[in-house]
Amino acid sequence: MACRAPVNRIIPFSLVDGPGARCSVFLQGCNIACTYCHNPETQRLCVGCGVCVESCPAGALSRADGSVIWDRTACVACDTCIEVCEHRASPRIAWQTPEEIFGIVRGYAPFIRGITVSGGECMLYPGFLRELFSLCKAVGLGTLIDSNGTIDFAAHEDLLAVSDGIMLDVKAWDPDVFSKLTGGDVAPVKRNLAFLAERGRIEELRVVVIDGWTDPEDTLAGMAGLLGERTGAQRLRLTKFRRFGVRGPLADAPSPTDERMAALVRLAERLGFADIVLS
Amino acid sequence: MSEFMDIITADNLTYKQKVLKLAQAAENSEHPIPTTPAFDRFFSRDAICDMHEGNAPYRARYICVDFQKFARQGSDFLRLDAPENLDDLLFNLEVLYENIPSVTGRPVYCGQLDKIIDPFLGDLSDEEILPRLKRFLNFIDRTVASGYCHANIGPEETRAGRLLLEADAEVQNAVPNFTIKYDPAITSDDFARLCLKTAMRCANPAFANHRLLKDTYPVPEAGYPDGYTIVSCYNVLPVRGGAYCLDRVKLSRLADMAGSVDEFMDKLLPEATAALLEYMNARVTFLVEKSSFFQSSFLVREGLIERERFCGMFGVIGMHECIEKLLGPGHTYGTDDEANDLADAIMGKVTAQVLDFPAVYSEIGGDHYLMHAQAGFGDQLESTPGVRIRVGDEPEVFYDHLRHSARMHRFFTAGVSDIFPVEPTAAGNLDALLDVIKGAFAIDDKYLSFYPSDSDLVRITGFLVKRSEMEKFAAGKAVLADTSHDGEGNWRANALGDRKVRL
Ligand code: SF4
Ligand code: SF4
Repeated sequence: MACRAPVNRIIPFSLVDGPGARCSVFLQGCNIACTYCHNPETQRLCVGCGVCVESCPAGALSRADGSVIWDRTACVACDTCIEVCEHRASPRIAWQTPEEIFGIVRGYAPFIRGITVSGGECMLYPGFLRELFSLCKAVGLGTLIDSNGTIDFAAHEDLLAVSDGIMLDVKAWDPDVFSKLTGGDVAPVKRNLAFLAERGRIEELRVVVIDGWTDPEDTLAGMAGLLGERTGAQRLRLTKFRRFGVRGPLADAPSPTDERMAALVRLAERLGFADIVLS
Repeated sequence: MSEFMDIITADNLTYKQKVLKLAQAAENSEHPIPTTPAFDRFFSRDAICDMHEGNAPYRARYICVDFQKFARQGSDFLRLDAPENLDDLLFNLEVLYENIPSVTGRPVYCGQLDKIIDPFLGDLSDEEILPRLKRFLNFIDRTVASGYCHANIGPEETRAGRLLLEADAEVQNAVPNFTIKYDPAITSDDFARLCLKTAMRCANPAFANHRLLKDTYPVPEAGYPDGYTIVSCYNVLPVRGGAYCLDRVKLSRLADMAGSVDEFMDKLLPEATAALLEYMNARVTFLVEKSSFFQSSFLVREGLIERERFCGMFGVIGMHECIEKLLGPGHTYGTDDEANDLADAIMGKVTAQVLDFPAVYSEIGGDHYLMHAQAGFGDQLESTPGVRIRVGDEPEVFYDHLRHSARMHRFFTAGVSDIFPVEPTAAGNLDALLDVIKGAFAIDDKYLSFYPSDSDLVRITGFLVKRSEMEKFAAGKAVLADTSHDGEGNWRANALGDRKVRL
């Protein structure tokens, strides 16, 4: 199973994962755990506890050798399994090879201009990505990575060679804010930002705005300070927090106001960002 | 009360709508066109249908005036000199629109507007042009007041095209429909994006696959880039000509008469097709030889239309329900291979028969009638438009829907289309919509339209109406555009509000 990855979902047509019409592939498993995660069930791999098997109303789940088997054809997509899972996992994943994913994606040509792989954190599977992207590149499909930035890209030159670019989350700048929000360390994110910007490989920088949880003013200033004269060359996406799918302390948190978002756009412009998208 | 008195006393029709309906009722009191027993049998079962075009046609159904020629020469009959500036041109057009007949009493085509208007822009500034275009579009909306009226732009990007889109987005009218003749090899991406941006604001324009359609008909004279135009819902017709009539086989009703697939294919379908074709010949003969339309119209005399550029349209409707009835549950049209193969076979058979039949006065169609995927009107239950997949049964993956469309579109010369509501957020990624259109057109989809799923302007079968106006009519109030009447019934009957939001 050297080169299989756990695939949570494939969305044939996405409007929001890069330029043009794209197919989005979501891999299962993440190395951090953001409080605002919209898909918390993608964060961990199934531990085989079996709780969801009992709750499935369609009999689509069964146990074998300590793991859970999901019957795609029987599943009615009711989401009960992911609601009862206490491990932030999902039994509805398939360990698939790059060739298998490519076979599906290729069927979506000529309508899409490329694929975007996301997660979870897709950089947990760099070898899988490299092979999938090589196959896509060979038929002219674009390849983007959507990453939380906590895994060093400098160690994956071969993957970068077949990637069009990286959509990089910069969730916070201050180490304490970052750690409270994600449970992780912001240092590699900053290293990646510098490295990828220098290589001209950033497709988009993504900053999510949640009142009281992220400090976007600080993040924008930090990024601009680090990027220096490259700031203007990076596309910046400022995203309003929305509570859909979120569990835990932010499940009922409000979205920031339009005024706050507008003020952030003005700040970003002052800091030198030139290509700013609000979403 | 008589039918006439019902119309006269109705309180939800405007004066103009009453006049039109009274004229239709009067026409229908005559019966000059002979029918055969076979026609009568299918007609009484609603398996073939004359589209309520009227028993005694005294004008062609759809007239595609050569407005470019009109813009060059003016009109003797209307005592209009050739226009010298934009104001002259728009005034002349408005006068001419008032004098174009059609089955709805109002023009279903108001021109390839960008090509007509562009030469008259001169050194006027945008600020000078825009108010004029908005007034002009409002004139069409308020006087023609029929969602079946259609304007074309493209495929080239022009200043007039850009300004028309801008004006249209601002006025938010249901009339006219716009179509861009789109060819990625000719139309710039910038202009295509502007079209999509406009569509996300006012559901206009729709996209026609210019690469596939441009050679549908010969050009009216040397120097014209193409000979076709999009009119009414999405009919592809010869410019400087049009359609005599549109009659149709209702496949869903015909299937009601069938005891088996074989009986349907080998007996009912060929018999109904033959009966309708014979009827069309009788109808066209009456129109051309008896009604004096082509002999008396100033449009013919001044060369703005030519009888030789008219043809009849043979329509089909209700493929989805037809397949459902023939194959029973478990074979859903759109997603089931057997269902789709049967639909393909049905279309192949009808088309072959139509293209084998000697149609009278149909030189422009090679002496044959033209196939059209008819979309229906009013609240006809059990008849999904043309060969579309019924709302609610769309394939899960949008691309499969587009592939299905391409497969069925190939049978239709004189118009076929699909309509997709899209997420309002698509306005933020117009390239995504454009990618999909390019892909769909590359696999030979012929005509697609989009509207934002939260829009007040919505497409019914092809024509546009305002949701707010439909609601008014449903509440018993008179509304200006009578397409709101058709729209309201159709919207309910076909659950169009439930169309799968595709992008
Ligand atoms: S998905 Fe969750 S609940 Fe189901 S077996 Fe795995 S860990 Fe347990
Ligand atoms: S979503 Fe989960 S619980 Fe629901 S049917 Fe599918 S496998 Fe079973």
